[in-house]
Amino acid sequence: MCRIGCIKSLDPFHPRFALNLMLPQQKGHDNSGFALVMKDLYGLFEPYKKYPLLSYSSTAKGREIIEAYMLDRGFGRPVFQWKPKTKTFNTSYDFEKMAFYGFEAYALPVITQGTSEEEKGEFLLNTRLELRELLESTGDGYIFSFWPDTLTLKEIGNPNHIGDYFNLWEENEPILAKNIMVQYRQNTNYDIVRYAAHPFFLQGYTLCANGENTNYVKNKEAQQNLHRGYIGFESDSQCFLYTLHYTHHQLKWPLSYYKHVITPLPFDEMDSHPNKALLLKLRESLTHLEINGPNTIIGLLPDNTLFTTCDSKKLRPVVIGTDGRMVGITSEVPGLNMILPHRNAEADIYPNERETVVIGNDLRIERWKQQ
Amino acid sequence: METTVNINAITENDLSWKIDYNTDRCTRCGRCIATCTFAALEMKVERRAFTVSEDKTPEPKRLFSTTPVVSQVSTLKNHCVGCGMCEKVCPNSAIRPLRNPETREPLLNHPGGSPIKRGGRTNVSVERTLDLIKVGRISQMTDPSLDAQRHTFDVLSPLGRVLSPTEIPIKIENNELNISGTMPPVHWIYPIIFGDMSIGALSTRAWEAIAIATAVLNEKYNMPVRMASGEGGMPVKLMKSKYLKYMILQVASGHFGWNRIIKAMPEMIEDPAGILIKIGQGAKPGDGGLLMAAKVAKHIQEIRGVPKSDLLSPPNHQGLYSIEESVQKMFLSFNAAFKFKVPVAIKVAASSSSVSVYNNLLRDPYHIVGGFFMDGIQGGTGAAMEISLDHTGHPIVSKARDAYLAAVKQGMQGRIPLWTGGGMGMTGSLAADAFKMICLGANGVFAGKIIIQLLGCIGNDHGRCNQCNTGLCPTGITTQDYRLVKRLDVDKAAETLVNYMLSVDTEFRKLMAPIGNSSLPVGRSDALVSVDKAIADKLQIPYVC
Repeated sequence: MCRIGCIKSLDPFHPRFALNLMLPQQKGHDNSGFALVMKDLYGLFEPYKKYPLLSYSSTAKGREIIEAYMLDRGFGRPVFQWKPKTKTFNTSYDFEKMAFYGFEAYALPVITQGTSEEEKGEFLLNTRLELRELLESTGDGYIFSFWPDTLTLKEIGNPNHIGDYFNLWEENEPILAKNIMVQYRQNTNYDIVRYAAHPFFLQGYTLCANGENTNYVKNKEAQQNLHRGYIGFESDSQCFLYTLHYTHHQLKWPLSYYKHVITPLPFDEMDSHPNKALLLKLRESLTHLEINGPNTIIGLLPDNTLFTTCDSKKLRPVVIGTDGRMVGITSEVPGLNMILPHRNAEADIYPNERETVVIGNDLRIERWKQQ
Repeated sequence: METTVNINAITENDLSWKIDYNTDRCTRCGRCIATCTFAALEMKVERRAFTVSEDKTPEPKRLFSTTPVVSQVSTLKNHCVGCGMCEKVCPNSAIRPLRNPETREPLLNHPGGSPIKRGGRTNVSVERTLDLIKVGRISQMTDPSLDAQRHTFDVLSPLGRVLSPTEIPIKIENNELNISGTMPPVHWIYPIIFGDMSIGALSTRAWEAIAIATAVLNEKYNMPVRMASGEGGMPVKLMKSKYLKYMILQVASGHFGWNRIIKAMPEMIEDPAGILIKIGQGAKPGDGGLLMAAKVAKHIQEIRGVPKSDLLSPPNHQGLYSIEESVQKMFLSFNAAFKFKVPVAIKVAASSSSVSVYNNLLRDPYHIVGGFFMDGIQGGTGAAMEISLDHTGHPIVSKARDAYLAAVKQGMQGRIPLWTGGGMGMTGSLAADAFKMICLGANGVFAGKIIIQLLGCIGNDHGRCNQCNTGLCPTGITTQDYRLVKRLDVDKAAETLVNYMLSVDTEFRKLMAPIGNSSLPVGRSDALVSVDKAIADKLQIPYVC
């Protein structure tokens, strides 16, 4: 089972918290990957918050391709690059290192001046998709995200080793964020690619999930025609992100309806619902986006609202705890004990199958019941 | 010189069924003869010869006796059809029909140059695709199975035009969604429809048994099963009752029965569950409908408003010349007739061209096409020429898959619910067949022949009986002869159908649980595997062995 988690804090914090959140949850063979997405960046990144940050890993040739493409598209040279102070790679590390890990902030090209935020969002997405296609065609790298105030790192292999190589266990560099979503992956499929590692990212939406998506095939078949950004499907969990993006970003429905789409109320319960007509229509219309578990989903919206929700039957574990300045959501409680040892554990929340737990940027926790 | 045999004379061994009769066990009660609706049995007297010797030394004497016996009528007109009613009524197990593999009947039975006509379905048996597909993706460990007894399952499918989310009139106010306009009607119903067999094709009592079972399943067991009327009208009393809501009214090219339906409309207290426009059917596609004059009894004449004669529904709707026009004309007028509150669906024969028809309908701009029913070659019929039954038509499985994938390609799966039929349950499990069709992309299935088999029909796909066209149905199901209809115990027939459907419902759960689905797995082709490579490739599911 993948262990997943997300930390949200009033104070910017270092990724070592994320590693510490996951470390006590490791068990069995847990060597197939590590990924994190940081949102609302501080420290080194704070002066460049408004610039889209390109996160990628590539070969040397891949880096040249990216450079040429960004110049061609009018982005120019990066206004900022973070070069992780990595340790020396040695043979004891159990992961396949790429030649370059790029975290580069770019100024938007002149042609985007005067365009709306929405149009800029489309432009950034197109750029990422085109870059991805370019690198895929030659096999020279992976593009993970291209969005302001967002950093993504993904690698395949032993998560502890990856964290060690990138020096993420020690706070010797001010790499900070107010939100970090993270995954340690125990993959059941050895034919893994980097894109299959959670969290997934699309236009400010970040999501990780554990469990198997029973309805993967029908979700995928429905989504691949809905939006040009719904591609890849290297992991069955990408479907959860795409449905979130579709309902919240494309249809502009409030977040509470995400739950109604992925786990609609049974017909019997719908019958007595005051807005039965609406719920029935949503179920009819989006039946191919339903999930059937077993899943826990943790998502971050573009405004950094954090939420978690589960499938309606088979329920993967998840727990939410807080000390008032930091909230952690993760698969198993030892993770919370590690980063929030002094919290009141009795107040931890174990959401049920009809809940969406939502945490705002002020860390206020709301429990929405699907009814 | 007289020959020893006239080889052109028809004898028992020329016929498809031979009567196996045991004189010693027979009491000559005559029940077999009385029950044979095909007059294939008769009493006759046989001359018997014995040679006996009663002395100590051989003194042979030749004795003769005459014995009354039951005998098979060896004519093409009154041939035995293997229905087995004689065996059913014989108190001493003295008689039964046996299949004659050396039959010459298909070659000979063409009186006056007439092709063989019969009912049933294709008798050219091939290994059945659905039986070569297994539910092979079992949820375990990371995706646990559900508990078939404990979990709740939503075993429902839509009938009606389903809108895309952007087409639903939704208003967002105070962080809430609300419907702000009208939409096409959609009913969530049981994924098995009792397929359209008309009053006329069926006896009124057999039709009534299905209607009773439908009502019981709905009212007592909360299973929203719908029954399609077939093209032959409806009893006025039913049309004016609350049970109309369980009925799908069919209109076909003959428009039989619609004068009475239209006249009853002002007095309907419920809307029907749907309207089904029949363009074609899986058995004898392109052939239209046929009710032989033998079955057009007085009450059928009244319901349909016709004189006694062969009733032919033309192969096509005379007023339609294109798909677009059919949407404009028939769909719009039926939608309007029921004030846009009743889903209007279309039924076509599976054919090489049926995906094109589906594709075209999917673009229906008025949102008035509420269902696409596609019927395959293994569907049944009340009357057809054998050549049509055996040699025309298209298997349903791959065509249903093609139609679903065509919709997927356009991102329109589920917009017009796909209902498929034609041989559903023909090897015994309607639940398994329906489940597999649903995984391949159908929303639900419709079934006909298995329904009448549950009522008591003894016909099968290996040439047994299949005399639905003659009016002589030995089970009282496809006849209008009141003496034969009396053979059918309507309540018992309905009860058998209800019990079967209750078991189907449990079986659905037993198939949904192991693949981890609590709602119907429409399009979950990943749940299936095939033990036949060609089938696997065609349906885009894994091949296993």
